Amino acid sequence: MLHNLRKHLADPVVQPSRRGFLKLSAGAAGGLLIGAAVPLRSAAQNAQTTELITPFVHITADNKVLVLSKHLDKGQGTATGLATLVAEELGAAADQVEADFAPANVELYANLAFGAQGTGGSTAMPNSWEQYRQAGATARAMLIQAASSEWDVPASDITVLDGVVSGGGNSATFGALAGLAAQQQAPSDVTLKTPDQWKYIGKTFARVDVPQKSRGSLGMFGMDEQPEGGLVAVTARPPRFGAELSSYDASAAMEMDGVMGVFEIPEGIAVVATNTWIAMQARDALELVWDEATGETRGTDELIAEFRALLDQPGSPAEPRGDAAARLANAAQVIEADYFFPYLAHASMEPLDMTVLYDGASAAFWGGSQLQTTDHMMAASTLGLDQDQVEINTKWGGGSFGRRATGDAHLVVEAAHIGKAWLDAENEARPIKLVYSREDDIQGGYYRPMTLYRVRAGLDTDGNIAGFETRIVSQSIISGTPFEQFLVHNGVDHTTVEGIAPTPYSIPDMSVDVHHPQVGVPVLWWRSVGHTHTAYVMETMMDELAEAAGRDPIEFRLAYLDNDPRTAGVLRLAVEKAGAVPEGLHRGIAVHKSFDSYVAEVADIRMREDGTVKVERVVCGVDCGVAINPDNVEAQVEGGLGYGLSAVLREEITLTDGEVDQFNYPDYTPLKISDMPEVEVHLVASTEAPTGIGEPGTPPIGPAIANAIYAATGTRIRELPLSRHGLA
Amino acid sequence: MINFTLNGEARQLDVDPNMPLLWALRDELKMTGTKFGCGVAFCGACTVHVDGFPARSCQTFIGDLEGAEVTTIEGVDTDAAKAVQDAWVELQVPQCGYCQSGQIMSATALLADTPQPTDEDIDAAMENNICRCASYVRIRKAIHRAAEIMEA
Repeated sequence: MLHNLRKHLADPVVQPSRRGFLKLSAGAAGGLLIGAAVPLRSAAQNAQTTELITPFVHITADNKVLVLSKHLDKGQGTATGLATLVAEELGAAADQVEADFAPANVELYANLAFGAQGTGGSTAMPNSWEQYRQAGATARAMLIQAASSEWDVPASDITVLDGVVSGGGNSATFGALAGLAAQQQAPSDVTLKTPDQWKYIGKTFARVDVPQKSRGSLGMFGMDEQPEGGLVAVTARPPRFGAELSSYDASAAMEMDGVMGVFEIPEGIAVVATNTWIAMQARDALELVWDEATGETRGTDELIAEFRALLDQPGSPAEPRGDAAARLANAAQVIEADYFFPYLAHASMEPLDMTVLYDGASAAFWGGSQLQTTDHMMAASTLGLDQDQVEINTKWGGGSFGRRATGDAHLVVEAAHIGKAWLDAENEARPIKLVYSREDDIQGGYYRPMTLYRVRAGLDTDGNIAGFETRIVSQSIISGTPFEQFLVHNGVDHTTVEGIAPTPYSIPDMSVDVHHPQVGVPVLWWRSVGHTHTAYVMETMMDELAEAAGRDPIEFRLAYLDNDPRTAGVLRLAVEKAGAVPEGLHRGIAVHKSFDSYVAEVADIRMREDGTVKVERVVCGVDCGVAINPDNVEAQVEGGLGYGLSAVLREEITLTDGEVDQFNYPDYTPLKISDMPEVEVHLVASTEAPTGIGEPGTPPIGPAIANAIYAATGTRIRELPLSRHGLA
Repeated sequence: MINFTLNGEARQLDVDPNMPLLWALRDELKMTGTKFGCGVAFCGACTVHVDGFPARSCQTFIGDLEGAEVTTIEGVDTDAAKAVQDAWVELQVPQCGYCQSGQIMSATALLADTPQPTDEDIDAAMENNICRCASYVRIRKAIHRAAEIMEA
């Protein structure tokens, strides 16, 4: 199916310049592609076709509805969300709907929030909300037109329900009408259903991927690619970020059965073999000498000392409000606090992988591509090919949490280097799967940046906030990437300060300034990005200020949320649903807006006899506009807070002399089932457009737990993870 | 040459006896339902059954499997397995899904041994099956649900 689409897209009949069928109108990012039914074939081909093929929806002769997801689904349920939107407007039966991933094609499949094809910032559903519903409605109109002409019944007398088109005493399946529908003129305008007509949106639509994922996920993940004649590659990379290869001896590796080649590539030494285990054994047998001159040799302790020194110096200001310094100078009391957040690895369950097939004239890639446009561009430029000679085939992602969205496309580039090295050695072109081991993943960088804060917050004699100063020291995620012009302004990386500059709290005199030191450790967005630390600082500080003011922490927050009823709303909802604190437990609360969604979390913890924390229950209030799939929204909040809890408890990447100290899960300890609290998720009924849900569950859990620990022990936790304090 | 039973069928494998079962399954037999997660028997993504007991295939070596009965996610079809898989779908457990083959194999082994597990039983049996999506709330519920399905 997808193969057919690619073939048609490559057809000269539908070269971009001739795409008169694309209905473009002014949109957020240079035009909104209406989900038009597109005659991707010539008229003669159309006369014989038995399928309706549009960019987002295919209806096959055997009555399947295939929804093409322009977004990577790495567990967050986006493919199902998009399928829900199409099924709703199309009038499909749930069990005839399937999902697959669209090819890399920025003209057809750009994220309308980015202007490039990619998934991130919890934008998948918000940017697709109109587009995929229109795609479904357009296909529905084409089916109705087809039925109208076939039956000679006015279109206004034809209805569509659960995959059946009916009118004038006739009825037909989508599949039976698909060929005729493909010959119809796409309507220039469609009317979308009103919320009272929704059958799936806001109700139930089972995930399209769950049955297969409950039976081995066969063929879904990039790691499971096993193409005919396929080989596996692993790469020996420098032990210090930025170091280079000096010399190597691969003679022992080359002698091993199953080793097909050893290649020097810019990333290090790649071993290609018939079997992943053999490739790893051979990599271990390499003798490697690294030139450390260009490598990062500072350890975490040195970096912390340097970051601390920057806390004493003014940084680049972000969105000042009023005059915080003047207010603080006259405050009745001032709280000063430094915070520390470690480097964090994403550590998705599926280690990174990317399969390449390069024959000198064209290339194809298979893997969990999260920024298809940059992967596409970088693959083409690495191999000296035009983009139309390169295919990016997106596979289901076995997690990501941000890790697969890299502005430098390093995974695709490395796979391209291996494909090219293989071919340059006069081998016949074969698919080669580049595989990361878990150690490669944990030690490979692209971490959540290590981040230090200094906060000075004042209270006046009435217990109101009198000045709030924050200084942040954190590497920039965005500088040096294609996104710099959009997300870095006047020396401030927006992804560092998001969630605190601005904050929803109407604190009148507030300043945030930032230092972005240069460090050789690659950093990246990690589920909820800057909110992972801004929410922690803001919400623990609000708790501390409330206590210093002698005020109730909920009332204190609400006093600063007059202008933000949705943040206030989820806070009230979560607190009400949580009820009284159970005997023997201790409670902390936090609320945070991220990615235009609002989440409050009430955490009840128990202190074990050994002094460690057990989070027993978390009650969440969530406002993400229309909850397209309420069950999936709940799952994302459960998982999002679980991911945050994992980091808060025990996760930390440290370096000694520039080398990463952790190797694998045993020393980068993830959340286990016994750590997981009970979770209740309460949704605010809303008619607002949908907003993100993959990330917003993550930020509040850390501060909610920290506030609960304070309630239990009287200690303010300002350095994470909790394992540093014997609390986990 | 190693002779063993895989999903009920007699198989012969002529590979290095030190090769982990995981890589024999995935790269020699092209059976990819069993996943590679950590390689050090910590995360449980590679869990299979060897002679009916859950085993980490990344640290189970082909040379030790002479005469053994190996069951993978592709072949598991006991009443417990069917109940677990039905419960997994009913409660929409998987998110990314990468760990779920291992979760299901561990849960199936638990229910075969303990048809009515308590939360403590579940923690003990599932503690070393990592899910980075933190689908644990639903894993727990789905195991209890599978126990109900089996009893019915």
